[in-house]
Amino acid sequence: MNRVAIDQDRCKACRLCIGACRLNLLALGQSLNAKGYHPVEITDRARCVACAQCAAMCPEGAIAVYRGVKRTSA
Amino acid sequence: MSEQIEERAVFERTRVLTAKHTHYCPGCTHGIAHRLVAEVIDELDIQEKTIGVCPVGCAVLAYEYFDLDMQEAAHGRAPAVATGIRRVLPPDRYVFTYQGDGDLASIGMAEIVHAANRGEKITVIFINNGIYGMTGGQMAPTTLPGVKTTTSPYGRAPEECGHPIRVSELLNTLVAPRFIARGALSNPREIARAKKLIRQAFELQHTGFTFVELLSTCPTGWGLPPEKAMRWLEHNMMPFFRTGVLRAPDAMPESATPYAPDLSNDGGAAKNGAAT
Repeated sequence: MNRVAIDQDRCKACRLCIGACRLNLLALGQSLNAKGYHPVEITDRARCVACAQCAAMCPEGAIAVYRGVKRTSA
Repeated sequence: MSEQIEERAVFERTRVLTAKHTHYCPGCTHGIAHRLVAEVIDELDIQEKTIGVCPVGCAVLAYEYFDLDMQEAAHGRAPAVATGIRRVLPPDRYVFTYQGDGDLASIGMAEIVHAANRGEKITVIFINNGIYGMTGGQMAPTTLPGVKTTTSPYGRAPEECGHPIRVSELLNTLVAPRFIARGALSNPREIARAKKLIRQAFELQHTGFTFVELLSTCPTGWGLPPEKAMRWLEHNMMPFFRTGVLRAPDAMPESATPYAPDLSNDGGAAKNGAAT
């Protein structure tokens, strides 16, 4: 499964990543970080296609994106 | 036979940025611009050979965010400081300045024009958001006509304050620069394009002066939420500040042609009795 890792402490809840996600998988969460913002969370991880558009928009460099690749080994 | 899921990084924070959290407002495009410059330096593998020069303005603390050798300059004088660094250090180093529109297009207009005119082998990253961010939203030389700021409360009046300056076009009238381009940081596609421009500029730096203008937002100064500010940029700034490559080694404008007059030809001045 693909993974979007959002640095909760770094996020300033500017919503640019929310607008960049074509699948509308990102939303502001309920938690509060040390800066006083509600950091972004991914709502439906299973649907993420790891396009990394959210990370491309993030001014804080708070988002990392990983693609899950199936590996078959003998 | 077993099947396992392996993770491959699609996007990770570049190592050329430090771990420090930025002081920028939420949604400020400085963060995006920093990241693009850092990623280009990372991709070109020149981290150990790069020296950055910081401006005065919101990006005054950029030396805290780049994991590079950085030098702070007096307001607007980053191109002059970069000139000194370039001339003192071995030629394989990369020197860049990172300046906003208040720093570069206002107080530092003389320095940027003359550094460009001398063809200093530096890269200038110019952040144009049409407002003074750090000092609280005053009118900049790049503010669009009619835009209300704290020093143009009825909107910028061109008959009083002049029209906004297109710095890239202005520098494009000079002979020496090797690369001048303008990008925008308004959406993922434009950001990808902007990164290519920055990369080209760094790759061409050792051939001469290179300049990349990045159209940016100031959500706080403009009084708009970050995403609306991005749309405002696209609809209002981009028609006037056209994005694209203005000059590159394979696409030089006529203004880049050096002029070497034949000084032995006095044009018949002596015959007419003019002093020689």
